[in-house]
Amino acid sequence: MGGSILGTRVLRKEDPKFLTTGGVYVDDMRDEPLLRGAVHVTYVRSSVAHGRINSIDGSDAMQMPGVLAFFTGADLGLEPQPSAFNPAATRTLLAMDKVRYVGEPVAIIVSETREQGEDAAEMVIVDYDVLPALIDLEESMASSVHLYEACGSNVVFDTTALGMPENTGDAYFADCEVVVKGRYLNQRVAPCPLEVRGAAAAWGADGRLVEWISTQHAQGAVAPIAAANGVDPSQVHIKTADVGGGFGAKIGTYQEEQLLGVVAKRMGKPVVWRETRSESMVALGHGRAQLQYITIGGTKQGKVTHYQLHAIQDSGAWVDMGTILAPFMTRPMSSGVYAIPNIECRTTSVVTNATPTVAYRGAGRPEATAAIERAMDMFAAEIGMDAAEVRRINLIPKFMEPHTTVIGQTYDVGDYETALDKTLAAADYAGWRKKQAERRASGASKQIGIGVSVYVEITGGVGTGEAAKVEVTDDGRAIVYTGTSPHGQGHDTSWSMLVNAKTGIPIDKVELVWGDSDLVPVGSGTMGSRSLQQGGNAVYKVAGDLAEKAKTVAARLLEANEADIVLDTDKGIFHVAGTPAVSKTWAELAVAEKGNGGLSHDEFVGVPSATFPFGAHVAIVEVDTETGKVKHIEHTACDDAGVVLNPLLLEGQIHGGVAQGAAQALLEEVRYDADGNPITSNLADYAFISAAELPSVNVVHMETPTPVNLLGAKGIGESGTIGSTPALQSAVVDAVAHLGVRHIEMPCTAERVWTAIQNAK
Amino acid sequence: MKVTITVNGTKHENDVEPRQLLVQYVRETLGLTGTNIGCDTSSCGACSLHVNGESVKSCTMLAVQADGCEVTTIEGLANGDQLHPMQQAFMENHGLQCGYCTPGMVMASISLLKENPNPTEEEVRVGLEGNLCRCTGYHNIVKSVLACANGNK
Repeated sequence: MGGSILGTRVLRKEDPKFLTTGGVYVDDMRDEPLLRGAVHVTYVRSSVAHGRINSIDGSDAMQMPGVLAFFTGADLGLEPQPSAFNPAATRTLLAMDKVRYVGEPVAIIVSETREQGEDAAEMVIVDYDVLPALIDLEESMASSVHLYEACGSNVVFDTTALGMPENTGDAYFADCEVVVKGRYLNQRVAPCPLEVRGAAAAWGADGRLVEWISTQHAQGAVAPIAAANGVDPSQVHIKTADVGGGFGAKIGTYQEEQLLGVVAKRMGKPVVWRETRSESMVALGHGRAQLQYITIGGTKQGKVTHYQLHAIQDSGAWVDMGTILAPFMTRPMSSGVYAIPNIECRTTSVVTNATPTVAYRGAGRPEATAAIERAMDMFAAEIGMDAAEVRRINLIPKFMEPHTTVIGQTYDVGDYETALDKTLAAADYAGWRKKQAERRASGASKQIGIGVSVYVEITGGVGTGEAAKVEVTDDGRAIVYTGTSPHGQGHDTSWSMLVNAKTGIPIDKVELVWGDSDLVPVGSGTMGSRSLQQGGNAVYKVAGDLAEKAKTVAARLLEANEADIVLDTDKGIFHVAGTPAVSKTWAELAVAEKGNGGLSHDEFVGVPSATFPFGAHVAIVEVDTETGKVKHIEHTACDDAGVVLNPLLLEGQIHGGVAQGAAQALLEEVRYDADGNPITSNLADYAFISAAELPSVNVVHMETPTPVNLLGAKGIGESGTIGSTPALQSAVVDAVAHLGVRHIEMPCTAERVWTAIQNAK
Repeated sequence: MKVTITVNGTKHENDVEPRQLLVQYVRETLGLTGTNIGCDTSSCGACSLHVNGESVKSCTMLAVQADGCEVTTIEGLANGDQLHPMQQAFMENHGLQCGYCTPGMVMASISLLKENPNPTEEEVRVGLEGNLCRCTGYHNIVKSVLACANGNK
């Protein structure tokens, strides 16, 4: 009897294809019959951040070679659509009366080739009355110029309007011995999946629209695409090719995707669209962009008693998903891992003339963690206490029953002190403190910085469970239908492992179907680190139930009592207990069940709540105090995601998360000039992190199972991003703390570090 | 313009537009879509392939400049079912996730080891600076390249 495959380092089934022929992304679908003769769609985009449209003239563009059609919103009869999060804000899918950010789609060119479309888009003349560009959050809050006049303000969402209490201000801290305040910007960053957006649309002979999208959630695209095309959702079939990364930015359905079917119908031909990277940098949603006013108070001995946060969320130019991350993700997590008896958190979401913000890896939890961790560092610096020690004395003690923080969020299980201890030991925290002291004493230009963070986050907060179906074919293969939507996470491998554990069907005989709204009509996609704990959990449950169902078939075929039937999961065969020589295979059972509708099981498997992974990170940096240049030299990450299905994939998620978190701390920022022109709108200008700027990651394993699902698993997709950023920022500040520096804004570029050192002199 | 380019061992003669990039030639003219496009500033390296055995970002070269050259793309690396050692190393070390940067990363990595068969971790990191990945944090890519280098010893 071999051991279970669960928890082992199974290599990915997905890899041979990606390594030999490459994936088939939406732009690679050369053999799709429905797309034969497809024409190309190019979006003409706003070149101004804020303006009224006087006229749109496509006549010169129409004269360009290969141009087949030109459409404005008026040509397509577009109507304003309300935002789901503030119905007073309305817009048309192509801007008609007003543009609100550089990159907003204004018109459509249809051409024979993509290059012709790009050339023709340059020839479209849009006449604007330019309005003041509001990029700064607080300027926008105060401005009498409103992006959406019907909202009456640029503040489009506020927790006080939901009946949550207003912060009480300084009076809150009257009894504190020590009070520290800060204003920190969790800066705007670009998700940058390596594959930009692309989509293709065709109307089938049956009158239904088939659309392929590079998305994290095919099922979620059905309703908006049906609405934009004026058809019933049953008439829309969304399919997903391979997806080259998403990081949250491909959760929602964008204007460009909603309009493709409309254009295909007008043209009487299939259409394909693929943005350029420069378009993607301004038109794919951005992340973070949260200004934080923080006050922390407590005793001189280091006990934090009061914490107040006002998070001002930049929604960008549309009331999109980014708007609600502050109230519903940052606020609930404001207490972090700490037992703070008094917490106030207000959030205010504000529209600006920048690209709309959406969920980006971590989505509100990195911001919550950055706020409390920065506050802890400031508090520690004020009272002269070690950063690890101040955290330790404020941690919520280990709990294996649900724990509710003062802000009202219930966490499933937590053991923060163990995570901190394991990480400090693995990172040789004490040793680095010693090296740091020696380096400081030496007066060397290169100084060492050590940063610590401890965090808890929400995963599986999206969805109440997931659908799964497993069917066995006549030749003994298992076809698994899942509502999750992999784009690098390795679900093909992971879900095969789960099916194998329950059925004994070898993983190379398990096939995964996903991202197809006809074949998998119910699904919440892949986002919020939900896939394993909801989608994998459902596959596990369904495969187990199918095995039980199969035992009744085996009992019939073997003429035995069902209770006596054993499934040998090593071999994938059924036999009567004690007589393994006479057995039935899955294939034989499937054949036997053909007349009864086949051998399959289908179920929506619910979960009672989200889960709360936690961990600790230690970052070590070396800062050149003469130039301000930061080198990230070591990183230790302990991310407790509960029971681990495949350590290889878990580590991969942590590594990637750490890199994206480090990128925010040290390098990446989306920037605009005073007129709202993006100045980081390609990969030459945007400081996308590279291999040369990162160390290898020292992963510390810790598994505290959650009782919330059958697997004991919590999410791991975002944890690395959440823990690493504050540790890195803290490390940079720490490296120059002895020079009198208390804070450096992110990204901690050489210029900012150097300036901070000069200002402290 | 008429060009003759040998791609993955097969000689192709085509009439190409003078402005056609090598990456477009490979993807559009030949239909070899394993080579991906990730940017428009020659920053990401997703389109890296080999021209006369050296790694080239194929968006930085015109198809006409490859006239008479030998081009190898990701599709030309494996020998039937036998993966190239670098492909094998990426597989064994989980050096890829979404797969989009992978073909370019593998091609650049092969070239890197050709120039420096026994690199340090730092040399691998600096050597791959021009190839961007958003998923792996580069950890397992670096590990894959080092594993491949060790396997060559």
